[in-house]
Amino acid sequence: MSGNTITLDGKTVEFAEGETLYDVARRHGDTVPTLCYDDRLEAFGACRLCVVEVEGSANPVASCTTTATPGMVVRTRTEALEKHRKTLMELVVSENPSGARIDPLRGMASQELAHLAVRYEADGSRFQGKQSGRSHTSDPNPMILRDYDHCISCYRCVRVCAEQEGDYAISVANRGFHTQITTEFGGFLEDSACTFCGQCVQTCPTGALGDKRSMQHQDTPGEVERTRSICPYCGVGCSVDILTKGETVVGVHPAMDGPANEGALCVKGQFGWDWVQHRDRLRTPLVRKDGKFVEATWDEALDRVAEGFAAVREKHGRHAIYAVASGRAPHESAYSVQKFIRAGFQTNQVDNCSRA
Amino acid sequence: MSNPLRDMEKPDVIFCIGTNMTEAHPVAATRLKKAMRRGAKLIVADPRRIPLAEIADVYLPLRVGSDVALLGAMAHVIVREGLVNQQFVAERTEGIEALMEHLSTFTPEWAEEITGVPAADIEEAAILYGNAERGAVYYTLGVTEHICGVDNVQALCNLVLLTGNVGREGTGINPMRGQNNIQGAGDCGALPNNYPGFQAVTEPAHQKKFKEAWGVEVDIEKGMTKVRALERCGEKIFAMLICGENTIVSDPERDHCEEALKSLEHLVVIDVFLTETAELADVVLPAAAWGEVDGVFTNTERRPQRVRAAVPPQGEAKPDWWILSQIAKRLGFAGFEWESAKDVFNELCQVSTTYHGLDWDLVAEGKHHWPVPEKGHPGTPVLHIGEFPRGRGLFVTPSYRDPAETIDDEYPVWLTTGRRLAHYHTRTMTGRAVGTQYLVPEELVEVHPDDVESWGLEDDGMAVMTSRRGKVLVKVHATEKSPRGTVFCSFSFNDVPINALTGSGYDPITDTAELKVCPVRLEAANGDS
Repeated sequence: MSGNTITLDGKTVEFAEGETLYDVARRHGDTVPTLCYDDRLEAFGACRLCVVEVEGSANPVASCTTTATPGMVVRTRTEALEKHRKTLMELVVSENPSGARIDPLRGMASQELAHLAVRYEADGSRFQGKQSGRSHTSDPNPMILRDYDHCISCYRCVRVCAEQEGDYAISVANRGFHTQITTEFGGFLEDSACTFCGQCVQTCPTGALGDKRSMQHQDTPGEVERTRSICPYCGVGCSVDILTKGETVVGVHPAMDGPANEGALCVKGQFGWDWVQHRDRLRTPLVRKDGKFVEATWDEALDRVAEGFAAVREKHGRHAIYAVASGRAPHESAYSVQKFIRAGFQTNQVDNCSRA
Repeated sequence: MSNPLRDMEKPDVIFCIGTNMTEAHPVAATRLKKAMRRGAKLIVADPRRIPLAEIADVYLPLRVGSDVALLGAMAHVIVREGLVNQQFVAERTEGIEALMEHLSTFTPEWAEEITGVPAADIEEAAILYGNAERGAVYYTLGVTEHICGVDNVQALCNLVLLTGNVGREGTGINPMRGQNNIQGAGDCGALPNNYPGFQAVTEPAHQKKFKEAWGVEVDIEKGMTKVRALERCGEKIFAMLICGENTIVSDPERDHCEEALKSLEHLVVIDVFLTETAELADVVLPAAAWGEVDGVFTNTERRPQRVRAAVPPQGEAKPDWWILSQIAKRLGFAGFEWESAKDVFNELCQVSTTYHGLDWDLVAEGKHHWPVPEKGHPGTPVLHIGEFPRGRGLFVTPSYRDPAETIDDEYPVWLTTGRRLAHYHTRTMTGRAVGTQYLVPEELVEVHPDDVESWGLEDDGMAVMTSRRGKVLVKVHATEKSPRGTVFCSFSFNDVPINALTGSGYDPITDTAELKVCPVRLEAANGDS
């Protein structure tokens, strides 16, 4: 082998031009730990967990910001590295109230810190004392929880808001223990440039930012299951995972591999799902009797529908019957509506709601 | 869209006209912002100072309904500055001679008179787009919801054809479709003039095809558009099936629309909520909703994708296809014996030309852009490579026309309507979602602060807004997002029924309503008026 290869933990592996050591290691199945990393964002190199040893380099380097060059000899798991990572994890975990369990409904990445804490047996007892970040739980918006007691200053929320969304609604104020994720004037999100797309929530690795709509269902019994679907709002067609517990919809996550959105969503797709099981849903057919709606069985309602169409066809002819198909229901709805009119009544009196 | 969404990150010049993309298609807008961070330049034409205008390199605040003049002048400048792609025009287009004759009069100064946009800015925009290596046009209903909607699109096509910005990666002419499956509804043949796959109903070969596929005689005449059908309710149209549309809130001329539906002998509504439209029905049938049904949506980039049931339907709600099959059965119609969404979709693929190479299993991959003419075809992410559907691209030269109604002493203010980020159409969904309803709990008419003062209104005060068709009571919001003399409202709130005011005219070819232009007057509401 020649050209673009490096030695990774004793094995010779190829890399693509521009690939970082983190990318190469991950592609070869290595689980280099990270906290500040998000695939979609520029590498940041802040958490230092992804450090690796490179022969010829005096100190370990951050693998997420180091580009592979031919002939590099890289070690990702040495005793020294793992000890360094454990120390780092103990420092990071000390930022979090000890023993706090973060419900997975807070967000997609909310378990990252907890999983690494288990891996490195870091419980936060070694370094105790000051913490950074004051919680902004007074923010009245019903979508985004701002529980900065859990913030570890990885800046993923700030970066996703800037790099992915282009909104620049949140930023970092101060340094060290005084570091605080904040809005322009330190106020509520709704008074900032925030569009409530929820991307910050979904990238937060500690659950410091949480999805308040989903968290309503923390006590709903059952395991969280995911169903891949498409957002029901605009025509962009963002891929989503619908989260359910039993027969209850408990949230929506953006799909990172969705071709139209590549992990992005907007406020409607992210937080606007609670109408699905709303008390106002129609649950039974309604038939008008003496001017008022009364509940009916499907048989009664369908008979009445068919009789009404047959009577109009009899009296006014087949072109007197018209149908409007939905631009929101799936194809099977629109296809069956137009076939009902065309094949059933032999007329082309059908349209959809695109002209208004 | 002629080009896929991923291409939005690739142009070097982006021209957005009549599209409030950060609010109506927010995720698509994030891709444009990425192109800009890479160095792409942005031209925005919109009467309102929308969020995209704030980040534009050139902002063209045209008067509502004056697009043809603006675009004609841009074409004039492109020709004058020698920015025509001569090779593309020679090889791929026809009719440029007629265009050239008209273009000489479309000077930027002439357009400034009509549009209110400084001639120098029109020139700057035209030169920027004309010089683009990869220029891409994006538009939404701000272009089409006019009496001259077709003219506007043709004037845009002229720019694209003159510069050869089509049929290549990162270019194209890209309408952003508004609803999740509005593209799909048309694809499926829910149109008065087309069978599934945009096969014209007036074409004998297509009639023969569907006669054989469905085993019945078919109508050889086009049907009416919905707009015309609503005009003829009670005289030609006597029964209507409305599926998943809140017609009386979303359509123009609300009073007329309500009267039309009330004049029917039989109105059946299939929906997920008891909408204002469903309340007028004789029978309301409960539909299974998003999250409860399997099916397919096709997005704005012509990509069919699977939606999946995650939970059972609420109560006794049923999928639309099941409901239609049951009504058909009772009327003795054959060919509705489907047992699943899969059966219906596979039948669509058999009869459609654009979906012919797809089926239920393939569509689960979600990787095809239609047309997919046969099995094994990779799909068509970019349209018009090498050839247009009609062969050569045709230059058509629309003339500027005033909107159906123009401002006068009695109605001195332009009202334009549209969407807001937090809400979707008539709020049947977002009005019942805690988060979105929290962000925008009520309708506001957006008025320039100077106008608020000179018209005797108050910020946060109530105003009566009156058009030639009706009036509404609405709260005033002072904002420089609205230019002087033009106000904005959404049509999302039933208690501020903006479509009681609209309905001044329709495009003669598409019957699309001029929802973007409606002269009104605003007066402070005193007391309980």
